[in-house]
Amino acid sequence: MKKTGMDISAHHLECFRGGRLIFQNLTFELSKGGALTLVGPNGSGKSSLLRILAGFLKPKSGHVQYNKENIFDNVDTYRSKIHYVGHLDAIKPNLTVSEHLNFWAASKGYEKPNQDILELLDLKTLSEIPGKFLSAGQKRRLSLTRLLTAPAQLWILDEPSVSLDEKSINSLENMLATHRADGGIVVIATHTRISLPNSQNISMSNFKPLKSAFENPQGTPMVDLDYGSW
Amino acid sequence: MAFLTLIKRDLRLAIRGGIGSLMAVVFFIVSATLFPLGVGPESALLERIAPGVLWVCALLASMLSLNHLFQDDYDDGSLEVIILGPLPLELVTIAKVLAHWISTSLPLIVITPVLAILLNLDMSGFPTLMYSLLLGTPILSLIGSIGASLTLGTRRGGILVSLLVLPIYVPVLIFATGAIEGAIFGFGESANLLILAAALVASLVLAPWASAAALRMAVE
Repeated sequence: MKKTGMDISAHHLECFRGGRLIFQNLTFELSKGGALTLVGPNGSGKSSLLRILAGFLKPKSGHVQYNKENIFDNVDTYRSKIHYVGHLDAIKPNLTVSEHLNFWAASKGYEKPNQDILELLDLKTLSEIPGKFLSAGQKRRLSLTRLLTAPAQLWILDEPSVSLDEKSINSLENMLATHRADGGIVVIATHTRISLPNSQNISMSNFKPLKSAFENPQGTPMVDLDYGSW
Repeated sequence: MAFLTLIKRDLRLAIRGGIGSLMAVVFFIVSATLFPLGVGPESALLERIAPGVLWVCALLASMLSLNHLFQDDYDDGSLEVIILGPLPLELVTIAKVLAHWISTSLPLIVITPVLAILLNLDMSGFPTLMYSLLLGTPILSLIGSIGASLTLGTRRGGILVSLLVLPIYVPVLIFATGAIEGAIFGFGESANLLILAAALVASLVLAPWASAAALRMAVE
């Protein structure tokens, strides 16, 4: 991999949640057009890693660089330059589909988006429907359309294919391919098979700490979560 | 741009949310009308307690609606989307507080003169009552935003918010009712109103900063 094309990289990340070491020594590099797929069982730290990459969660040690700058040096600016779609759909029951798009574009500082982006995930006919009447899959598709309301190089997606049907997964794959062809970067955590050609794979279980890493050198747990007998 | 959009969106949600955002003003009316029933219809007594009753009810009504300030956006993930935008979180807080104030406190202020008549407040206290509410309720919303952001993600956050912010509300209550009584009894209201104005400026500067810090922690 050429050093000059390197766009996002993580070095020796270590993550603690709830007093427990989730993963350690995680390192990767991604350049323009690259994709990273995180796989691993529940609780292996996929979402935590994505939240670190999105700048929400600070790693215990290690650092993340975006265009050679540590993302936590100026995390608010960094966050405004990326897209993160997490487990929650961010859909309001009382706003229509197109109002969601307009708000998402404006919240990134952009003008009203072209409503044609609704076609990509087959939502065009629903543009005046309020969020409360959407099915789980439709909500998910609307949530993914957020990626197109404002340009951003880095897309971070947490289980994007949950409750999507096969046709929508195909559309999502096309969206991701187009984004990468334009020089975009995709980081994705998934249980289902989403085809991402030439994607790097990280299996989270490879970075699972050894048993001894749960404990400090004295052999006691690092954080004592004592809930008592109740 | 994003600032005004956020205000507009919150107001739109408040209007479409129906009765929910009017809860505060309904609570205000109901609780204020309970006092004449409780203490009796004696007009001299009502006249004496009217400033305090109106202000305590306004304060509780404002607090009642506080935990919705960030909670709904936190629960459905919209808060993350907003944080992923370029608008500084301090301005996000101000925008949300402003929208919240317009949708809950402004209707409350509009209805206040009617309740003041009901409680037999002396006419000379009316202008000061309105000034004190216009200056004081934004302080309540701003201070409340700190409590609302700190309790995000906790169960039974509503009660915790009350415990956190009620002690800080006390000075607002004292100076606001002091101003109204000053106007009625003729020893002047301007000193108290000026202190309220100063408190408004101070909380406008300090509260968004504290709330923004709490919001950053909440999305970890």
